[in-house]
Amino acid sequence: MSKMPKWADTILIPLFSILLAFFFSGLVIFAIGKDPFNAIMVMIDGAFGSTGGLGYTLYYATNFIFTGLSVAVAYHAGLFNIGSEGQAMLGGLGVALVCLFIPFGHWTIALPVAVIGAALFGGLWALIPAYLQAKRGSHIVITTIMFNFIASALIGYLLTRVLKVPGAMSSETARFPESTHLPTFHEMLAPLGIMFNKNAPANLAFVVALVACVFFWWLIWRTRLGYQIRAYGQSESAAKYAGISPSRIIIITMMISGALAGLMAINNVMGEAERLIDNAVEGAGFIGIAVALMGRNHPVGIILASILFGFLYQGGAELALWEGIPRELVVVIQALVILFTGALDNMVRMPLERLFVALKRKEG
Amino acid sequence: MTLMQKFLGTAGALVLSAGAALAEPAVIYDLGGKFDKSFNESSYMGAQRWADETGEEFAEVELQSDAQREQFLRSFADKGMNPIVMAGFSFATALDIVAPDFPDTKFVIIDGVVDQPNVKSVIFSEQEGSYLVGVMAAMAATGDTVSFVGGMDIPSIHKFACGYAEGFKSVKPDGKVIVNMTGTTPTAWNDPVKGGELTKAQKADGSEVVFAAAGGTGIGVLQTAADEGMLAIGVDSNQNYMQPGTMLTSMVKRVDNVVYDAFTAGTDVEPGLIVLGLGEDGVSAAMDDYNADLVTPEMMAAVEDAKAKIIAGEIVVHDYTTDVSCPAY
Repeated sequence: MSKMPKWADTILIPLFSILLAFFFSGLVIFAIGKDPFNAIMVMIDGAFGSTGGLGYTLYYATNFIFTGLSVAVAYHAGLFNIGSEGQAMLGGLGVALVCLFIPFGHWTIALPVAVIGAALFGGLWALIPAYLQAKRGSHIVITTIMFNFIASALIGYLLTRVLKVPGAMSSETARFPESTHLPTFHEMLAPLGIMFNKNAPANLAFVVALVACVFFWWLIWRTRLGYQIRAYGQSESAAKYAGISPSRIIIITMMISGALAGLMAINNVMGEAERLIDNAVEGAGFIGIAVALMGRNHPVGIILASILFGFLYQGGAELALWEGIPRELVVVIQALVILFTGALDNMVRMPLERLFVALKRKEG
Repeated sequence: MTLMQKFLGTAGALVLSAGAALAEPAVIYDLGGKFDKSFNESSYMGAQRWADETGEEFAEVELQSDAQREQFLRSFADKGMNPIVMAGFSFATALDIVAPDFPDTKFVIIDGVVDQPNVKSVIFSEQEGSYLVGVMAAMAATGDTVSFVGGMDIPSIHKFACGYAEGFKSVKPDGKVIVNMTGTTPTAWNDPVKGGELTKAQKADGSEVVFAAAGGTGIGVLQTAADEGMLAIGVDSNQNYMQPGTMLTSMVKRVDNVVYDAFTAGTDVEPGLIVLGLGEDGVSAAMDDYNADLVTPEMMAAVEDAKAKIIAGEIVVHDYTTDVSCPAY
């Protein structure tokens, strides 16, 4: 770590990784006979060129911020939570139950209750694997990934048998009442005289995500619990020696992690779909792992990485729409970014480190 | 002329030409993907047939996420695509929101119903076609047991199963139809392994003919049936070619014709609801070279007879979705 200044570690490495990923994506696009420069322009223009596109980019980014924070908080305790997907699904259930069955006069009242519902359901879903890890030693990676399938089956069951609108074909709940609809960016910014596309799905949940980021920073670096989480993550034996109870940390951290994942439902279920649909999370829980990795488990990094993935999602949609680039290839481009920023981290890190060492020597 | 004016003029011309070039029909494929060997592929075939015949172009896109339904509908409508065709009931909610914003654009939704003045809804009487293949299954089986593998456990798939069971029981009233659904989530549409396992279990229970209405899962059902020496019935597209020799028939839904007709009509698509059954050639039991050896003249006659009676209204095949129950189960 000392070989490089901190700014190089946090900015230069991800930047180089992304450039490499885009270079190889360009080669792939070139290989199928399309113009890579045109493609990248279409992606950038589609994702940031209009308030409509930006609205979609930020909508996807909001999802990834929540799941990224969820993965990151567990990571600080040395736990690898790959169950954010399932926890976010259960969060959706919490939001749906709150919005469907409690009558609210206005969204300002509905929002805090829905936040509690989402966090509670997501947190409780993470509690079971956490308990199994803390008290029974079942590995959290295995249990959380299994719980994704259980969550999917549970939601599928509820949507096809219990919560479904009778007679309807789609497995989804009824639409939430008008009074629970969160304001979109269009409604939020219009009073300020900014005209934001009224059909874009970005909504107030983006602000909730930013609040969650501040909460995350405060929790991890400014509280006693955060210190304990980090201490436990660095060294279990040292933490034990300092009187920190491992099982307590595992359970509390996983519940916070699950709650953050569950909060994603404020965006996709309450803010966008305004009803609970099957498979509403659509892999955002897994993208959260890449986001946390790339964002170096820091809220600012997570926000930036989320916007990058939001850009890939929305830009990718534009590629599919206007360039006739098949959606499978869009997934390839996303995968290349994950590959270079996550798995091949050292490929960029080592030469950069050498470069900095050489530079230092020169100065010296 | 200043540079600014020149620039604006060029930009204006670009916008105009772009608008004119893009007045073309569009099709949106559902999450299953364009080449799902089922209804998305069928809509692609219809669109492609139109393009081959007219030499014109159409726009197409595959969904990646649910949030994109509304987005893609709006994007296409914004660019002046007309008509916009989509296959799948999952579009209904999004289309209901989007359609009023584009009163001059015509939308066609297949398998779903949206009540808007600029939307044409097309649904199929799958129970009628399923009845015919049920009759064929009953005549092809030496014993008295046949089976059904559905995709996701939803009423629209029971609609196939129920028609199939009714057709079977019209020939063998005391026979048994084993009905299995692959799952309760959308992954049930794309799980060929589980489809194969269900088929093996049904074979063990005595089934001789299996009808798969399960999207991509069906590929595993048809394969297993071929391996286990059973007869199989395909769905949506004509799948007879996939396992020649063991494919009894396919219950074909002419999604391709709907897309073709919509593209041909262009902006003159008639809004409203239409139901395509046997009488309209919307559904049928596929007969071709691949299954000619398996279809006996008696079978052919029985199918024609049942078809005529259904069209004449003498036989009314029960529609599961009307009351979520099936008298033939």
